[in-house]
Amino acid sequence: MSRVSEELKLPIAPARRRPAVALLGTLLLAVGLAILPFVLASGFGTAWVRITNLAILYCFLALGLNIVVGFAGLLDLGYIAFYGVGAYTYALLASPHFGLHVPFWIILPIGAFIACVFGVLLGAPTLKLRGDYLAIVTLGFGEIVRIFLNNLSRPFNLTNGAQGITLIDPFRIDGYNFGRVHAVGSLTFSTPINYYYFLLIVLVAVIALNIRLQNSRIGRAWEAIREDEIAARAMGINTRNMKLLAFAMGASFGGIAGGMFSAMQGFISPESFVLVESIMVLSMVVLGGMGNVFGVVLGALILSFVPEVLRYTVGPVQNAVFGRTLIDPEVIRMLLFGLALVLMMLFRPAGLLPSAVRKREFETRPAETDGSNPEGAT
Amino acid sequence: MASEVLLDAQGITKRFGGVLALAEVDFSIRRGEIYGLIGPNGAGKTSLFNVLTGIYPADAGRFLFDGQPIAGLKPNDIAARGIARTFQNIRLFQNLTALENVMIGRHVRTHAGVFGAILRDRRTLAEERAIEKDAYELLAFVGVHRRANDLAKHLAYGDQRRLEIARALATQPKLLALDEPAAGMNATETAQLRTLLERIRTEGTTILLIEHDMKLVMRVCDRVLVLDYGRRIAEGPASQVQKDDKVIAAYLGPDIALDVARRA
Repeated sequence: MSRVSEELKLPIAPARRRPAVALLGTLLLAVGLAILPFVLASGFGTAWVRITNLAILYCFLALGLNIVVGFAGLLDLGYIAFYGVGAYTYALLASPHFGLHVPFWIILPIGAFIACVFGVLLGAPTLKLRGDYLAIVTLGFGEIVRIFLNNLSRPFNLTNGAQGITLIDPFRIDGYNFGRVHAVGSLTFSTPINYYYFLLIVLVAVIALNIRLQNSRIGRAWEAIREDEIAARAMGINTRNMKLLAFAMGASFGGIAGGMFSAMQGFISPESFVLVESIMVLSMVVLGGMGNVFGVVLGALILSFVPEVLRYTVGPVQNAVFGRTLIDPEVIRMLLFGLALVLMMLFRPAGLLPSAVRKREFETRPAETDGSNPEGAT
Repeated sequence: MASEVLLDAQGITKRFGGVLALAEVDFSIRRGEIYGLIGPNGAGKTSLFNVLTGIYPADAGRFLFDGQPIAGLKPNDIAARGIARTFQNIRLFQNLTALENVMIGRHVRTHAGVFGAILRDRRTLAEERAIEKDAYELLAFVGVHRRANDLAKHLAYGDQRRLEIARALATQPKLLALDEPAAGMNATETAQLRTLLERIRTEGTTILLIEHDMKLVMRVCDRVLVLDYGRRIAEGPASQVQKDDKVIAAYLGPDIALDVARRA
């Protein structure tokens, strides 16, 4: 054993972490994110705060889908259905539609739970399917949910059909109504700014949760299924339960995001939950880097912001270059966006931040072998 | 419970369409032995592995493992009962590190769930540390610990074979089933493998070994089962099986076998 213990320090030279730099970076990021909505609101207008909020919602969706697609390797093209389920759960329980006004901190968990049940409903019949076959079934599932939302107005008016549900309650925390403008000193907290801070806090929590899930026994089991399902089963992993768990967890993230979407918008209709949205979220996951939590967040931010930035820049740029608007910005914007997607996938096929190899350090831990080696001192 | 026989198979039969892959195969493996399974290509060795580990259901027959029937159980349940295997065409988790591969092997003997993962309570953290430590020790045991942080797909062929054994050992099996572990190894690596197999046996794990390298089989196996066209044609100590006419015929064809017999 002593020969082995000498070799123990060979394999990895750990990257020197500089805690001071990391702390400073985190601090700067926190301050930046804290003042961001005011900078955006005063510099570019409140619309940009709203766009930022939607981008954060897409981060939730992409992170939720990443559990299913990135961790467990199950291609899901109907993910937006869970967003819809969460959104409608909130809308039905907090709007004049049924006259219910349940507080949001009760509805969000309910929405997560119902979405979770839908996740299992989708997962159970598709356990034996993989890849393209699974993609087609999930695609069908997403469409079924949307069509139900569109048509459940008769005989009993559950979803109000294509008209959607209006006047949805905003969040309220102890009398602080997110839907109103609040002035604190010289700062004005408009509705989008209220939601921004709430979303930001939830986002930090969701990211932490994802990272913890990934680096756990459960996360490893998901990755094993993604890599080789037969080997995973031979190693004693209950692939059925683990896949259902991935569907359920992913769906519940979508459900929570849907609830927040409902409250922010105040109005929802089946139109918000179409196939293109599912594909958009999947693109975020793939473009960012499947299985990498930060990559997925980056992908979601880029794909949410780029079309909006193009919306506001394509027109003025054409005017500056050609003296007039040659092509309608609405037309060219999505064209450029598509081109950007193609180029990114050509040059970075594994995503912007590919899934990193998790290096583990062995030197620092005691009781590695017989304890007779002096490596702990290094 | 603790009878001498660890695995008792009776009348194992498996058909694929019209092909009879296994025809009423009987055998039993004793605790602590290294039991060889040989036969020409297509004899049904890997099929027997797949039926044993629950990947295919058997059409007939029964397995008694450690005194309990295991026919009809799912592969993960069979792994939980204590049978671990490797694959003929290496099936590692390619995009995970060597260490993570072995850590996944610990899955079936550990317990942390979603809440443990999220809350990271003291018990989960202790379990994680134990998983990592056990996995690392197993890597050292098979001699791949210097590549612990390398992706499985970047490992050399022989290392991949050894890593697969470490991953199987991580499930703490009573029976370790190895499907051609020496395939593609050079003489030095095969010699190291033989030492490794003997060490695994010494530490109390029974081994079922499919292998084409006859030298290895003859040196390491206590007893050998020979299959040909899905039928058991011989069983017994390696030295005895080696001289069996039917075995020689199966490997070399009947004419040459007669010739060999005459000369002997």
